[in-house]
Amino acid sequence: MKGFIPIPTAAGTALLGYLVVFFGLVLLMVVLLVMGAIFKRKKARAEAANAIPAPDKAAPVLALDNTLPKASGTAGELKLYDTDPRDAAMIMAIVADSLGKPLNELRFISIREVK
Amino acid sequence: MDITGVLQKLASESGFAAFFLTEGGWKNLVMILIAFALLYLGIVKKFEPLLLCGIAFGCLLSNLSYFIGMGDNALYHPELWAAFLDETSPAYHSYGAIMREAGLLDFFYIGVKAGIYPSLIFLGVGAMTDFGPLLANPKSLLLGAAAQLGVFVAFFGAVLLGFTGPQAASIGIIGGADGPTAIFLTTKLAPELLGPIAIAAYSYMALIPMIQPPIMKAMTTDKMRKVRMVQSRAVSKTEKIIFPIVVATFVILLLPSTAPLIGCLMLGNLFRECGVTDRLSDTAQNALMNIVTIFLATSVGATMVAQNFLNWDTIKIVVLGLVAFGISTVGGLLGGIIMYKTSGGKINPLIGSAGVSAVPMAARVSQDVGRKYNKNNYLLMHAMGPNVAGVIGSAIAAGFLLSVFG
Repeated sequence: MKGFIPIPTAAGTALLGYLVVFFGLVLLMVVLLVMGAIFKRKKARAEAANAIPAPDKAAPVLALDNTLPKASGTAGELKLYDTDPRDAAMIMAIVADSLGKPLNELRFISIREVK
Repeated sequence: MDITGVLQKLASESGFAAFFLTEGGWKNLVMILIAFALLYLGIVKKFEPLLLCGIAFGCLLSNLSYFIGMGDNALYHPELWAAFLDETSPAYHSYGAIMREAGLLDFFYIGVKAGIYPSLIFLGVGAMTDFGPLLANPKSLLLGAAAQLGVFVAFFGAVLLGFTGPQAASIGIIGGADGPTAIFLTTKLAPELLGPIAIAAYSYMALIPMIQPPIMKAMTTDKMRKVRMVQSRAVSKTEKIIFPIVVATFVILLLPSTAPLIGCLMLGNLFRECGVTDRLSDTAQNALMNIVTIFLATSVGATMVAQNFLNWDTIKIVVLGLVAFGISTVGGLLGGIIMYKTSGGKINPLIGSAGVSAVPMAARVSQDVGRKYNKNNYLLMHAMGPNVAGVIGSAIAAGFLLSVFG
């Protein structure tokens, strides 16, 4: 179809094109869902094999070494409940960025994972 | 030595004299002013500056060529490319004929014409893109598909406005909000429209933060916009490595005409994820991407010669491009609203608008609009899924149009 095309043909081509895009991406979605399910099952199996009994106590507070000298400008201690220090650093950076304040002007008291 | 004679000769040979003496030269002057305006938008307003600066300067150089005789001095020769496309000409599809008389920008343009630059840009895009959010939520692909609505509505609109099938297909793909795909398809189907289509595609991509929010607000309720989505699952490294291999195999077999774009996109992504080609990934993301951007932008800009650009078709393309972007946003949001309803209100429909591609700008718009209504809402990673799905979706749409009209 090189030249001018009749309007009904154009409408049909547009509809067919949209359906082809959907068809292609739906098929791809099915492939990815199957792939994801396989990996999830594999991960669950690996986790079950490596499972260790959970402690009875409530989530421990990550103890920080108070004997170490504090960095200059530090704003006190931060308590982490079920939170990885790496995640905590990222959360603090995001909060500082959102508020538009330098990190050293903010004081974080504790970070707890909401379950 | 006749000093007066020499001065007269210099004056008559200068490009300044040609401003006023050349027939139709005012049109090229207008194009030079348009180039200045585009440079202003790129530099001062920061509208896609990496591309717009190159496009504008290419436009400036090719239109200046008109005033310096269009001979050996000219950087770009539109008449050579017209002969290249003319079936009756001895130079038909002959790169040799082009290279015999080419200026610098003609040499650059060979890379566009042969489809090399858009594919290499896709290689860089693949190396820069994390498909993790898409893998974590494959249903995002539906939003990437829904947001291609504008491509086909604009295609139909272009046919109604009197464009040929291949031209309408090239105009429609603006709605895919993907510059390299638009350039790739237009070069194959309607190279005479490359300048206006590239300008429309990149300008509207830069204007996404202005085009999308009013549509998002009009189509969603306050309650929908406030939906907080649960965190997606973590995706393993192995899944990320397998993904480009599966997608390349699957999509290329489904639509062979997408092979250059999808092949390069997924190769770039494999470089990124496989963990043993960090150097190649770095080159694809930075050095190669920058080099190709320079060649692509200047040579696309060079095609904006007055004879091809200053006509009613350009106005129609600019309007149809805006319609395409708007309708694609509507399509993505409709998909988002359907997913919101079917998921029992767990999916925020604002992520649907990110399905228009334009990575990562459209995803950022979803995030910004979402946060406006719920300060604690972080939609960015959820919107990245449909956003990268849109890249694959627009490549499939281009592949379909190429197989029908190519």
